[in-house]
This record gives sequence, structure tokens and C-alpha cells, in this order.
Amino acid sequence: MADSTWMGAYRRAGPRTRLRAFLVRLRGGDEIAHLITLLFGSTILLITFLLVYELWRNSALSRHKFGWDFLFTRTWDPVFENFGALPFVFGTTVTSAVGLLIAVPLGVGAAIFLAEMAPARISDGLTFLIELLAAVPSVIYGLLGIFVLVPILRTTVMPLLKHALGSLPFFQGPIYGVSLLAAGVVLAIMIIPFIISISREVLLAVPQDQREAALAVGATKWEATWKVVVPYARAGIMGSVFLALARALGETMAVTMVIGNDPKISASLFAPGYSIAAVIANEFTEATSDLYVSALIELGLVLFLLTIILNALARLLILATTRRGTAHA
Amino acid sequence: MNLRMAWRKSVNAVMFSLTALCALVSVSVLLFILGYLVWHGGKSLNWAFFTQLPKPVGETGGGMANAIVGSGKLLLLAALVGVPIGFMAGVYLSEFGGSTMAFLVRYTTDLLNGVPSIVMGIFAYTMVVLPLKHFSALAGGLALGVMMIPIAVRSTEEFLRAVPQTLREGAMALGASKWKAVATVVVPAAARGILTGIILDLARVAGETAPLLFTAFNNRFWSSGWNQPTASLPVMIYTYAVAPYDDWHRQAWAAGLVLLGLVLLANVGARLLLPKKAFAPRG
Amino acid sequence: MKKLSTLSAMLAIGAAAFITVLVPFQLTQAINQPVLPPPGSARVGQARWAQTVGTALAALGEPAPASPVPDKVLINAAGATFPYPIYSKWFTEYNRLHPDIQINYQSIGSGGGIRQLQAGTVDFGASDMPLNDQLVNDFKFKVLHFPTVLGAVVPTYNVPDVSQELNFTPQALADIFLGKVTKWNDSAIAQANKGVNLPEQDIVVVHRSDGSGTSYVWTDYLSKVSPEWETRVGKNTSVNWPVGLGGKGNEGVAGLVKQMPGAIGYVELIYAVQNKIPYGRVQNAAGQFVVAQLSSVTAAAAGVAKSMPADFRVSITNPPGKNAYPICSFTYLLIPVKMQDATKTKVIKDFLHWMLNDGQKDAEPLTYARLPKEIVAKELKQISLIE
Repeated sequence: MADSTWMGAYRRAGPRTRLRAFLVRLRGGDEIAHLITLLFGSTILLITFLLVYELWRNSALSRHKFGWDFLFTRTWDPVFENFGALPFVFGTTVTSAVGLLIAVPLGVGAAIFLAEMAPARISDGLTFLIELLAAVPSVIYGLLGIFVLVPILRTTVMPLLKHALGSLPFFQGPIYGVSLLAAGVVLAIMIIPFIISISREVLLAVPQDQREAALAVGATKWEATWKVVVPYARAGIMGSVFLALARALGETMAVTMVIGNDPKISASLFAPGYSIAAVIANEFTEATSDLYVSALIELGLVLFLLTIILNALARLLILATTRRGTAHA
Repeated sequence: MNLRMAWRKSVNAVMFSLTALCALVSVSVLLFILGYLVWHGGKSLNWAFFTQLPKPVGETGGGMANAIVGSGKLLLLAALVGVPIGFMAGVYLSEFGGSTMAFLVRYTTDLLNGVPSIVMGIFAYTMVVLPLKHFSALAGGLALGVMMIPIAVRSTEEFLRAVPQTLREGAMALGASKWKAVATVVVPAAARGILTGIILDLARVAGETAPLLFTAFNNRFWSSGWNQPTASLPVMIYTYAVAPYDDWHRQAWAAGLVLLGLVLLANVGARLLLPKKAFAPRG
Repeated sequence: MKKLSTLSAMLAIGAAAFITVLVPFQLTQAINQPVLPPPGSARVGQARWAQTVGTALAALGEPAPASPVPDKVLINAAGATFPYPIYSKWFTEYNRLHPDIQINYQSIGSGGGIRQLQAGTVDFGASDMPLNDQLVNDFKFKVLHFPTVLGAVVPTYNVPDVSQELNFTPQALADIFLGKVTKWNDSAIAQANKGVNLPEQDIVVVHRSDGSGTSYVWTDYLSKVSPEWETRVGKNTSVNWPVGLGGKGNEGVAGLVKQMPGAIGYVELIYAVQNKIPYGRVQNAAGQFVVAQLSSVTAAAAGVAKSMPADFRVSITNPPGKNAYPICSFTYLLIPVKMQDATKTKVIKDFLHWMLNDGQKDAEPLTYARLPKEIVAKELKQISLIE
């Protein structure tokens, strides 16, 4: 016989035999299990599709009226119904940038310490504590922001900055306390655990022989770390930064409690501002006209697209590194 | 030892102490947050807080009993939505994955994970609140449930994949069909991990405020059933914190302590049950 | 085996926690309930559970099984923060008198009240701004305005070392909020406050970040006294503010002013009083600097008491009258003429009756002015228009 295996028999079988085989398999239950779990999986597809569709549909009014100019208009005027996204994109970008500026050096530094320098037990213990920071709800950060951070900024830090760096346009103008700077600092605290945790893992995944090779040619531990290990893990660290950025963009409560809620663009970090998430949270239930609501939803769509792009980039980068390194659990 | 060597050694020492400082600063932020909340919130916690309803504006006293129960209701609803879908989809990806469909499911799960919480609130508003013409716990629970799904999927999939292939093969060698092997052998083996993943998920979603602002709204009284607006801890904290009444600030601290306490309890409990590697906060 | 026991232990703890949460809930529900079914709280728990399931099923579109306890009437309302202190007192008081009726009022701003009423997600709304003709057209159903109390919007401030009452001219207020006057010792303010040592402090303007009837009253007044304001900014619940920080609700503005040295904001009188923040006098149309209090607010409404239009939509800012406070407003409940539910209609009509007769006595202790008798009479007649 040409093919005496089971598959061969199957191939030679006629339609009725195949049908019987299928029914036997069906009774076994695997097909149904596959179907059921597939169904649940496809609800996720359905939900995501619905989400995007609803966002798209409900922002139609605003999209048709303003077109692409929406992204570049500075005014946000509910009385004369002139809406533009620029102040919010500005606020979101600036606060996230300030947050990153503070969090990345601190975070990468801490990750380097935890991955390279600290003994394993201390490293695990400290990482455990730092990852707990990631679990703290946003509104609690906001609570502490209003009652602790803003007064400290207003009475101590901002006057100091104004005194020392007042020549720069970033540190000029009246000091309110609630400001772009305050929001940036709160965001920094919120994203540090992500940067530390992921960077630490990425650094740990760098193969040991890289370090040993550097030490073998006479480098100090720091030189080995900074000049060999960190560049090796560079893509992964960048990935963690992107991830942290994506998270910072969508942060609502803590930001809206300390940013000052003023849709203006200003060069000074001391000035109040507004972020996309904050304006939606404040004005959504009160938007008095359909165009107003539609504009807010369009803002939500912009935010959504931004976070998608960033998240995709982040995952690609992290994937690139951890696959390049040795196997990680 | 020449000058250059001394320089390099001192750079080594300085940089490592700087990085140690970074780590210390990060940890001390957490300890500060905890300490401050315990101090401020602890002062204001009393029996009335847990059992009484909010008093009219401007009067002192009252509590957040309805908010605590409201949060519980919302979490229950969120779990009802998020856990089945998340778990089953995780099973699908881990056991039947590999096809284009699986790739699509994984991709959209990641997409859903990146949705900002306020946008989720808009979604629940247009899908539930507007058609039913009611702010409701249902809408709030749905928003939170959808937020739960991506993490539930990911943790289920990870823990199922971590079960050694030999277990599956052993079960099938004994004659079990694939689904039976998964249901009776693989899932129980991964059960602890999946459960703790879900607990962490719930803890995260318990603290979300933004999606509740225009779905579950708020309520000064007890809310009965699922079709009424309901108070919840995070929303009450927000409302009380931005108001000028000192008594409300006091209650906001107490509520913050309660919320943080519950969230941290769930997190610490989950992490103690399982090895650390599983818990990198991946956003 | 060990894993199974851990799993069951966790489930048991979870179930225990859930029950511990639910039991106080059941018991407190039982306490709140005036009519208990025979006997024992377990029955109440059962009954309430049945009702919850019934409501859940009803939400899913299935007929609810008959529940053995009398249904609570739950009414949802949202709107102005301006009258929130007295509304929350009224609704709590009304709930004490009728424990099976809960009116859940959320203060999200007049803009929110109007919007949510329009969308149908609340049963009635509240707004300091009466609906203009455009909005009346936008609404797909007819809405009745019921003035409830009179209130005043005051300029409240936080100037270091100045605790006395400052005088503000209309022009000064407009220029401050336009961003033209930026320091507290500017002549525009100093002229009206001779003898007060004003510091050279930056003025921090605080306005509303949400859609607010209080903003409407304030901008309505500024539009009347400053042509520049009228053309540049206009009057609405939400405007494009030239300068300033945004606070959410009257509460948010008061909170910001209280915390920030140099701040000036506008809030309903009770918020300044309850939070012990100083507020100033404003010069009225007759040239007098008047402080907001019961007599001056009542004087502001004196003009319209007899000439109130049938739909009650008026503006009483900047009225003539020597003793009138210039920035006052009625605040309205927006009640749809046709409500979905017969029980709710009955409850609301009953509440309005109570509010116009008994409720008015709560106004003055909270620094709101009572409605003039003539207006109360007209409103009592309007109640019959609700179907």
C-alpha cells in the first residue's frame, strides 16, 4: 500500500467516512471547546470594534465641522462653539514630557542599581516595594497632590526655581501651585515603577558573558554596566519609557486635580494648563450642545490613537530586546 | 595606582551611590505615601465612617457606607464581565492559539489594554447610559469589567503556558481529549496563578475613578438594584478632595486610607502567594 | 490536593468578605425601611435580594417577579452647585419625612443639569441660568421653570494681610477678569478702598472649569456693566475666560481661593460664609457699595416680584434700587411637563408643594433669600401644569 498511516487512510476515505470521523471528534468535545473559547475571544474583538466605532461615530459632528484644523486650533470656546485640540495636546505632551524628564533618570538609575549592584535579596525586596507603587490608585495620587505636593511646590520649590532659573522662559510668571509642573511631577511619581520594573528585567536578561567580557578587559563595574550592559538593553529600556509615556498620556484623575484646568498654551511651567483626559473628565457631563460633546469625544479619539501608537512601539521594542537576550521566564 | 585608575574607581563609587540614591528615593516615595495616608486617614477613621450615609453639604459628620458597598457592587459586576471573558479568551490563546484568529485576539487585547480609562467611560456612557436613559451601576460595572479583560487574558495565558507540556501529554496519553486535559489537569495546575492575577486585576480596577464619573455617577443615598447611580469610594474621594469643606477633606483622607489599604492588601497577598517574576507592571 | 485546598480557602475568604459587606448593607436597608414584612431581618434580606434580582431582570428586559416589599421611589436629579447646600438639606429633610422617597441630587453644574435633562438620564434638572430660546428649541420636550430660592454671587478673595471687606466697582471686576488689572494695589481697586493697605500681590483669577449657572450670573452681570466684556467674552454657563484657573463647581472655586494667596473668584454667598473666606462689596447701579445679605438680595428681586413673566425666565442682575445687591439670581428647578412615571410625577408635585410652603423656611439660615409671596403663588399655580 502506498500510505499505511492513519492520515493516509483518512485521505483515501470517502465523504461518509469522513463525516463519521468528524462526528466522533465532535462528541469528544474538542471542537466545541475550541468554538466556545473562540467565541469568548471574539467578544474581545467585538468590544474593541464597538469602542472604535462608537468613538468614530459620536465624533462625526465635530470632525466634519473642523476637519484637520481641530488639531491645530488654539481656542476652546463653548459660547461661540469654536473648538480646538491644541491646548490639550500641548498640556498632555508637556506634562508627560516633564514626567519623563524626572522619571527616566531616576528610574533607569534605580533599575541599574537593582539589577547590577544590589545583592539579590535586597534587590527583590526593594523591587517588591516599588512595584507596589504601581498599584496605588490615581485618585490617591491626586489627593496627595492637592494637599501635599502643590503647597510644597508653591511655597518652596517654585520660588527656588524662579530665583535660580528665572531667566529661562520655563520658570517665569506668577506662581499658583497648580500648574503644568505639578502635574508633571505627579505623573513622574506614577510612572517610575513601570520604568524601574521593566528596565530591571531587561537588564537582568542581558547575558552574563557580556559583563564578564567587559570585566575581563579591565573595566570597572560601572564602566561594564554603563558602556556594555545598558547599551545592550537599550531597546528594552526605550520600550519601558514608551510604555510609561503611554500610561502618562491617559492619566486622568491625578492630573485634573493639580493642573489648574485652564486651556491655555504658555511657555512657563508655572502656568496652569489642561490635558485631554482632564478636560473630558471635567466637561463631559456638562457639554450643553451636541457639537460640544462631539468635540470632546473627538479629543478622546485623538488620545486613543496616540496611546495605541505608543503602546505598539513599546511592545515592539521590548520584544526585540528580551528575545535577543537569553531566555527569560 | 595611577591617577586615571583612581579617577575611574571614584567614578565607579559615585555612580553606584547615585543609582542607590535613585532606588532609595523611589522607595521612600511609597513609604511616604503610605505613612501620610495612615496618619491623616487614621485620624479620621471612625465607626461612623463605615456605617453612616453622607450628611448634607456643610454639616459635619456622616460617613461613606454607601460608597463602600457601591464599590463592592461595581467590583462584583466588573468581575462578572471581566473574569469569564478574560479567562476563556486566555484559555483560547494558550491552548488553541497559533492561527490568524488568535493573533487578532491577542492584538486587540493589547489594544484594549491601552485604552485610557476616561475613554472607556465615554464608551460605557454611549453604550449603556444613553440607551437606558439612566446613570447606573450597570454602566459603571461594564466599564470596569471591560478594563479588566486584557489583564485577565494575559495572566491566564501566561500561567497556562507556564504549565509544563508533559502534564498535558500525560493526560492525553491516559486517553483524555484535549479539552478534558486542559480543564481537569492544566487549569488546576495554573489555578493559583490565575486567581492571584484576577485578584490583582480587581485591585487595580477598584481604584479607577475616571470611568465612573459619567457612568455610575454618584449617589447620596443607598442605591438599590443595578439600574441606579451608585456612590463609590474613588469618586467620593475625588468629590470631597476638590471641595472646600474641611470635614469633607477629613473624610477623603479616611476613604483614601481604606481604598489604599484594600488595594495594597490584595497586592501584597497576591505577591506573597506566587514568585515575583510574574508581576512586572506592564501597564 | 494542596492547591485545591488553597483555592477553596481563598474562595471561602472571598465569600466571607462579600457576605460581611452585604450583611451591614441588608441591615441598614432594613433600618431605613418603614414597613417591615413579617418577621425577622432575614426576610427583609430575602425580600431585598428578590427586589435586586427583579430590578436586574427588569434591566435585562424581563418582567420582574412580584416583590413583597413596597418599592422605593428613586428620583435622580442633577444640576447647579449654586443652590446645592439648600437642595441637599431639602432632599435629606424630605427623605426623613418620606423615608421611601429618595431624591438623589448631584451637583455637577447648571450646564450639566441642562445637558443630562436633555439626554434624559435624570428625571429633573437644576440651573441658575434659565433656558434661553435656543435651548428651549433644542429640547425635544417642554420644560417648566420653578424658581426655588434667591441667591447672591459674591467676589471672594484671599489677600494676605487684608481681612476687611473690600469695595469693588463694576469696572474693576470686569478689568480683573479680563486680565487688565493684575495687581492688588492697582488704582482700579485702591480708589474704592481708601485706607486699606493693599499689597503688591499678583491677582490670581479663579473661575469655573465646568458649565456653571453661577458663571452665567457672573458673566451676565459683567456683560451688563462692561461693553468690552460683552463683545469679547459674552455670557453663558461656559465661556472662553481670558485669564485664570478653573475650579470644579462652587466648591472647587472656593477651595482654590481658600488655598491660594492673591486669589479672587466668584461663588454663591453660602460657600464664602461656610468656608470663612472674605467677600467684598459691589457697587450697584445706584452707586452704592452694597454687601450681599438677605435684605439686599431681597431688594434685588423687589422689582420683578409683580412683573414676573409667566415662564419665570428673568435676569435680575444690576437692578435699579438703592439697596439692591447687583449680582443676584433666582435658581430654577427644570421640570419636564410630561414625566415618564406616574409615581414620580406625584412625588415631584408633592415635593414642589412642600418646597414652596415648608421648604422656604430653610432658605434664610443658609443665606439664601426666600421667594417673594407673589412668585410663590404663581408657582403653586404652575404645578398643576405638570402631567
